[in-house]
Amino acid sequence: MLTGIIVYGLVNSSILLLVALGFCLTFGVSRIANFAHGAIYILFGYLMWIFLNWLKIPFLFAILLTLVLSGIFGYVAYYVAVRRVRGIVLSEVVSTFALGVGILEFFRWMGFVTYEFSLPPIKKGSLYILGFPIDYQRLIIILAAIGLVAFLYFFTHYTKLGLSFRAIAQNERTAIALGIDADRVAALSVAFGSAFASVASILVLPLGIISINSGYEALLIAIAVGIVGGLESIPGMILASLVLGFVQIVVGVYVSSAWVMVVYLLAIIVILVVMPSGLLGKFKELEERV
Amino acid sequence: MIRKERIDRGIKVRSDDIYAISSYREILYLLLPRVIPVLCLLLLPTLLGSYYERVIIISCLMGLLALSWDLLASIGLFSLGQAFFFGVGGYASGFFSYQLGLPVPYSIVLGTVSGALVCTLLLAPVLRLKGVYFSIVTLAFPLFFVRIIESTKILGGTEGITGISPIGNSWIELYIPIFVFLFSLFGLRRLINSDYGIVLQAIRDNDRAVISSGINVYAYKLECTFIVSLLSCFSGAFMTHIYQAVGLSAFALDYSLLPLTSAVLGGVGTFAGPAIGTFILVPLSEFLRVFGTLRVVFYSVILFLCIVLLPEGIFPFLKRKYHQIERFVEV
Repeated sequence: MLTGIIVYGLVNSSILLLVALGFCLTFGVSRIANFAHGAIYILFGYLMWIFLNWLKIPFLFAILLTLVLSGIFGYVAYYVAVRRVRGIVLSEVVSTFALGVGILEFFRWMGFVTYEFSLPPIKKGSLYILGFPIDYQRLIIILAAIGLVAFLYFFTHYTKLGLSFRAIAQNERTAIALGIDADRVAALSVAFGSAFASVASILVLPLGIISINSGYEALLIAIAVGIVGGLESIPGMILASLVLGFVQIVVGVYVSSAWVMVVYLLAIIVILVVMPSGLLGKFKELEERV
Repeated sequence: MIRKERIDRGIKVRSDDIYAISSYREILYLLLPRVIPVLCLLLLPTLLGSYYERVIIISCLMGLLALSWDLLASIGLFSLGQAFFFGVGGYASGFFSYQLGLPVPYSIVLGTVSGALVCTLLLAPVLRLKGVYFSIVTLAFPLFFVRIIESTKILGGTEGITGISPIGNSWIELYIPIFVFLFSLFGLRRLINSDYGIVLQAIRDNDRAVISSGINVYAYKLECTFIVSLLSCFSGAFMTHIYQAVGLSAFALDYSLLPLTSAVLGGVGTFAGPAIGTFILVPLSEFLRVFGTLRVVFYSVILFLCIVLLPEGIFPFLKRKYHQIERFVEV
């Protein structure tokens, strides 16, 4: 039982981290709360499905195409949806929210809700760890979560673009004075955020069917992880997804699987009331929250 | 170079103060924009027939949601989950009517008040949040209520509560929403310009300044939320008795998106704007009924276009045209 909780807790935490990374990257860099994050997650799940089943594109090439398209989508979405209302919090939220709802409900209307809409796993089969069966897909999810975090760390510390991301996040005015184009960085941050979302959808969606409601759920996951961890710190997000992931599994095992979702809301509320800057967040954000 | 210049009409300047009562023209100038919509709303249902009666009832109830969204927005709290209030009100009155067997007027009143208390209590811990964070939490609230009702099977579970007694009298069914809507519209417009309303707006604009003036911001937010919950829960409670059923669809995204879209379409912070917005969107969505769930897509497209391209809204535009003349001047 304990092994099961540990293994599935790890898997669950990795899923949460994967889904949340993109949202938190965008918000951390450019202060854009991308409420279309869940919709992008689902959109590229469906696109991947279309590539594989309608257009018969080979698997690896379809993955590549999905990643590139999601990046372009995010970049364009910034200029279409956010650029004109930049800095007005309500308008940013409403325009990305409207974009997200539009995408999700369009797919619902198209009838993309049946059981045939599921992505194939990257590698079928399973193996035993400590006498506990786990399939390769879930192992890949854990590895991918670690890999993405490592990528993000090296990207933001050792590449010019990543450094300019951090510069904008730390102090926008100074960064502009040093010749960093704030608009371009913000657009790129949305692009990276949506590419991360599509990575998550390629890895996580094969565990079940693609459903519209999981789009809204993905947004909640992203927000819950971001708020619990403190939106700009990567260690905080890892900690938050570990805490949320394990609490969910424990609740699922000992209480009832129906209450798993409630964990997010309770976590958000408790953290915002008790520790508004998040578990490892910085004091800077406090004033704008409470 | 030529530039557009806007000047207040002479009649607007005259009717701004006591001279307004000096002639019928000024009095009419002030009264017409208020009286004509009210008269239309009161007379149209009897002229149009029973199908449109239903549309007007729903418009008024949705209008209440939009008005309450606007009140919440004028204190700086942007809700993405107006369906939460609506659903709680609906379920409360369904509970009183069906499970306790109370007569209709009592179940509506009790449902409204108790629903509002429940909403205020549940929102109380998160009222300290600002901006995006409040929106996030309100977006989550209706989703979680759906989950809780689904999983605990209270209040009818996924089936909802059906067989709730109808209102009975079609005149009452028609005119109570209309009167409550008009009363809230003009009441809120008056409230927001009173001293109390100025404090509310100040909290939106700079809450730190308000705190340092020795005003308890949190108490204001609580009172404001209670008013908002009252209006929205009434809308939900009344709707429950019109449909004679309440289900999980009361928490659906439609009821969050429609008030938001109408407020943005009409003009945020004006109260008349959201009212106009609802009376455009609800009839429109009746025509779009054939498209089924695509309606939500239409709402989001309208919302998106309005917020990006038409940030001002319809009502401020109309108001400007009514009060000001535009002309080109040489610069």
